[in-house]
This record gives sequence, structure tokens and C-alpha cells, in this order.
Amino acid sequence: MSAEQPIKFYQTGTFTVGNRLLSLEKRTVQASIGRSNALTSGHRACQGCGEALGARYVLDAAMRATKGRLVAVNATGCLEVFSTPYPESAWQVAWLHSLFGNAAAVASGVAAAFRMKGSDVRVLAQGGDGGTMDIGFGCLSGMFERNDDVLYVCYDNEAYMNTGVQRSSATPAGARTSTTPAVGGDPGNGFGTGKNLPVLAMAHGIPYVATASVADLHDLEAKVERAMAVHGARYLHVHVPCPLGWGSDPAKTIQVARLAVESGLFPLFEAEHGDVVRSTPIRRRVAVDSYLRLQTRFAHLLDGSVAGAEAIARIQVIADKNVARYGLAFTETDVELP
Amino acid sequence: MKQIEGSRAIAETVALCRPEVICAYPITPQTHIVEALSEIVKAGELDPCAFINVESEFAALSVAIGASAAGSRAYTATASQGLLYMTEALYNAAGLGLPIVMTLGTRAIGAPINIWNDHSDAMALRDAGWIQLFAESNQEAADLHVTAFRLAEELSVPVMVCVDGFILTHAFEPVDIATQADVDAFLPPFVPREVLDPADPITIGALVGPEAFTEVKVLAHQRMRRAIDRIPALASEFAARFGRTSGALVRSYRTLEADTVVVALGSVSGTIQEVVDAMRDEGQAVGSVSVVTFRPFPFAAVRQALKHALRVVVIEKNLAIGMRGVLAADVREALGVEAPPVHTVIAGLGGRGITSTSLHRVIGEAHTGTLELEHFLDLDRPTVVRATAKELSR
Repeated sequence: MSAEQPIKFYQTGTFTVGNRLLSLEKRTVQASIGRSNALTSGHRACQGCGEALGARYVLDAAMRATKGRLVAVNATGCLEVFSTPYPESAWQVAWLHSLFGNAAAVASGVAAAFRMKGSDVRVLAQGGDGGTMDIGFGCLSGMFERNDDVLYVCYDNEAYMNTGVQRSSATPAGARTSTTPAVGGDPGNGFGTGKNLPVLAMAHGIPYVATASVADLHDLEAKVERAMAVHGARYLHVHVPCPLGWGSDPAKTIQVARLAVESGLFPLFEAEHGDVVRSTPIRRRVAVDSYLRLQTRFAHLLDGSVAGAEAIARIQVIADKNVARYGLAFTETDVELP
Repeated sequence: MKQIEGSRAIAETVALCRPEVICAYPITPQTHIVEALSEIVKAGELDPCAFINVESEFAALSVAIGASAAGSRAYTATASQGLLYMTEALYNAAGLGLPIVMTLGTRAIGAPINIWNDHSDAMALRDAGWIQLFAESNQEAADLHVTAFRLAEELSVPVMVCVDGFILTHAFEPVDIATQADVDAFLPPFVPREVLDPADPITIGALVGPEAFTEVKVLAHQRMRRAIDRIPALASEFAARFGRTSGALVRSYRTLEADTVVVALGSVSGTIQEVVDAMRDEGQAVGSVSVVTFRPFPFAAVRQALKHALRVVVIEKNLAIGMRGVLAADVREALGVEAPPVHTVIAGLGGRGITSTSLHRVIGEAHTGTLELEHFLDLDRPTVVRATAKELSR
């Protein structure tokens, strides 16, 4: 049996796994039976989990890029909990979990050990937005500024989902979480809070920073491959919807993720040594409310009230700013010729 | 023999142990140790070895955890607040069975902030699953590191070598630094119990629920208790090769027919022994016991060392606020229900000097039966009385 399976008629037109209409070298690693299945089936993630999907694609792409010479370090969080309830493990990659806030530092140590042994093994660290942007930020910044040879991947689902959907510094303005309830005069998470971690990563001048979304898995894989092609500290920020925390339909994870991109709320770009070098223009721009209305965490803004409408307008301003800042407006020159 | 600073002796000995990854965040009084190591590494005298400057003690131990899990011999050093900032990682390293060796330049914990020596830091983390060895002298401080790596790697348990801040770390003493050949013969290359290896991928650090958590902890407890047998054996082996001992469970000094026995940890034992000599000359039957291995606590060895004592005086550089001294409680536990009176003398907090004059007085009081069970050495009682009255009047 060949590693690359032929296209079947009923598989054409899919945007997801395989995309067998593409030439062999452009197909996702998931189309190959030679994929590593680094995060294999049988784990305990919720239906429609964006993080599980993202991690599977990231790890398999990184495994392909390193020819299997990879070690993964995981922060505490959903990904760690749903994949390793002793005595089971869903990982088919050498995998280490230490603590919530130290994945980047542990990965630095693993990388140093392999460097001292003269080994070619590469290191990937991963965590959620809480483990990366909040409690793990000190260690992450240290790993960045030392330019340690680690690819750090943040799966951003915009709150502490593992502990029951509490606010993190990645929680978007207006969103209801269990610690930013939809009550009071300024319901949900406050405006003017939070941090932009890809930009903070860029401020360290590290060789490669990129954002990606599970809405575009080819793009995600390509960014993992580009990240693994360089040495030094690299950062990949992946937007991963959480049906449980966002109150979205588990069947619509990809659609929700795509609307985040198409609204301009989650810009896709790449940066090298502190400068943005590429961004993905939005071919079909949508208003933010088409994204917000698929999620009950924003339901209080969509109740027809004046305050709700004002909040949505403010969220639209955030999206518009992203479009201007990262050059996401689509022009004729952005059309890719086949 | 070299006339050398304690920190330098420790650094040179650690280098002889061939660590592959050293990471550190500066904190007084640990700094001279890692400065010396950075110089040794930068000069290429210890190759291959990565010296990593990190952004916190939490990161320092986390880097060591990653390096150790990937099969490297890993070392770090800290003190005081730094040890507390590592707390979560300390438990994690022990739970994962990673044989990291760390020097602790023992120092007080704030508030009020204080950079001088006592044992509050070591005591606060005594139950983190690390073996804790206390050095009496700079020779022992240096040598204990060789033993520590061997012990850690044999048992898959991390080891903390506790060295009194300033009193040892910054003191110049003649020290016999081991030779590389002797250290290599005593300390074989590190063979990890389990390791991150793409060729044989394993999961390290899984989530363990109530069905197996107790068993995991009992296994760690047993591994740690095995050190009780290994430490004397390694001390003998070390003596045979190096011509001097390194490590012990406890060390007794003139305890034969001693009615009053003083128990202590670390460098103060030297002063205590001088006082014992003086009191013996005066015809008083006193002796002393130095506890070298504090974790695992050597119950049998302490009981044996104190079996003829009519009273025990524990001199300790920590105060468990609202309780008493930590070491005295452990000594009482070792002695059981038939225990003679165990006096707690809290001394040397925040670097206050423990003088032979004061020790002589307090041991003398114990010997004549006039010492209270809880005593603060050289306490400025008028100040305490005045401040207490002020507090109560509010």
C-alpha cells in the first residue's frame, strides 16, 4: 500500500483532512498513512475540541519536519489532562509534563541536554493560553530572550477551560467567562484589557513568530514546517475554538475558527526577527457579529440592547484595527494564480 | 590542600562531577558558587556543559528538570527566597524521580528581609521529597556534592546539599579538592531510570488519580528511605578512595557517658564541639551529635546516638512559628515515648552569631536542670517585652 492514497470521487471538494486534490507535496501530513499520529485517537478531549485538532496537526507536522527526532514538553492544562490519564497515554512522541507555568523553561533544559550530547533531537513545547500568556509568561520570555532552540506552540482558546472557563489574559473583550459574568453595566470581560502575545514574542527579536488557526490546517502545517526549518526560539500562536467554553456547536469548530479569521479578530501573520514579513489577506471579510453570534459567551451582547450594540461596535473597531495593522485587506494582487 | 573560599571549593568539586547542564539565578549567598562555575564552563574546563542564565529560580530548577529528564546530569544552586520560589518545581523534580543536585546556601526568609544565615529555607522545604544533607565544614561541603550525585542517581531522588550561607560559603579554609580521576572512579556516568528518547517514546508526568496516587507516593517514600542504608555505605566507599569521610547519618562527638547531649545541624557543630571540650575539661558530662542527613530523617541513628542521654538540647536555626523548632520535634519523634527532656534552643536566626560563651551558658543550664524547654539564645528580652506591651495596648 502506498503512503499516499488516491483520491476517491466523494472526497473532492473537502477543505479538511487530506485535501487529495492537491499535488503530493502540498497535501497535509494527515493525508499520509506515514503520519506519526503523535496525538493518537482515544484521548478524552470534548467533541469538537479545537486544541486536540490543532495539537494533532502541529505535532505530526513537526514530526515530519524532524523525521521523528522530536521531544514534546507540555504545560498543565486541557491538552495534558485529556491525553494522559494514567495508565493511558495518547502520545506517540517522547513527551514530558512538569508544571503549569514552566513548559518553556523545561523545554530549554531538554534542548540544552540534547545540544550537550551532540544530538539532533529538536524540542517543541506546548500549552494553552493560560499556561503560556499568564502563569508561564516569565519562563516563556526567558526562553525567548536566550534564543533557546525551542518551538513554543500556544493553543489559544481564550480562557482557562480545564478549570471551568475562567478569564485569562487572552479572553476577548465582552466575552462571558465564569469569572467575567454577563452581569452589571459592563457585562463580560472588560474592554482595554488583555495582551497580544505574538507581538510580545516579536519584541524579543526571535527568529520566527507566527499565528495560525485550525480553520486553515494547511497554513498551520506550513508554519510549523517553516518554524522547524530554523533554529533558535520560535513561537506559534494557534487559535483553537473551545465548544464548551465558548458555547459553540461542536460541529462548527472549523466554521467558528474561520469566522474569527475572516472577521479580522484573529489576524494570520508571520514575523521574522521582530518584523512582520507576511500576512494572510482576508478574501471574504465578514462583520464581527457573524462570528460572535455562533457563541453563547457573547449572547448577552446580541440581545438587541443599545449597550450590546455598542459593545459589538467596539469589537468591530478591534477587528478593523487588526486589518489595518497587519495588512489584511484583500486586493487584486493577492489573488494566487494556480 | 588549598586555602580557598567555600563557594569556590564547592564549584570546583561540582565541576569534577561533570554536570552537563548548570542553570542559576543569582541570590545571596549562592552567587560565588555559580559565578565560579560560569567561569569554569566559559573557560572550557568542563566540556560538554551548558551554563544557562535564567530569569528566576523557578526557571532554574525547571531547566534542570528538562535537562535531567533528557538524560543529562543537572545542577543548580540557590538560597532562601529563591528556594521558596522554586517550591512547585522542587516537588515536581522529586515526584518525577529526577536526580538533580542543588546547593542551598542556607539563609533566612523574610519578612523582614534578611540575607544572613539560618535554616528557615531548608526547613520550609524539608518535605518536598529531596534528600537534605548538611555540611559542617567547607571540606564536607565540597565532598558532599560528589556523594550527592552518586546517591541521587542511584536512588533517582534529588539531593539538596545545605551549606550555611556566609559562614561556610564565604569563609576561606584549607580544603582538599578531589582529583578528577578519583571522582570519575567514585561517580560513574549518569544512567537515567527513564529518559526522553524519540527512539523509545515514553510519557513522563502523566495525570494520576486516586486509584494509584498513594502507591506512587509510597514508592517515593521507600526510595528516599533507602538512603538510610546507602549513605553510610557511600561514606565508607568515599573514605576508602579519598582518605576522608563524606556524608553520614549523624556524627557523635564525646557522647560516651554524656548525660547532656547537644544536637545540631551544619556549621554550628564545630562551635558546639569546642564548648563540649571546654565543659568536659570542667568535668561536666556533655557531648554532641551533628545530624548530617536531615531528610530522610535517620530515626534509628538518632535514637542510638542519644540512647544514654539524660537530657537533649537541640540548637536550631529555625523557628516554626506557632510551634517550636523543627529539628527538636523530629528528635522527639525519634526518641519515642520514653524520651528524656528535649530542650529547644532557637539560635542564630537571621545570622545572629552563636558564640561559645552563650552556648556554654545554655548547655550548662540544661546540665544543671534550669533550662526551660523552649529557649531563645541571646534574646533581647527587654525589647520583646516593650514591643509586646505596645502591641497589646492598641
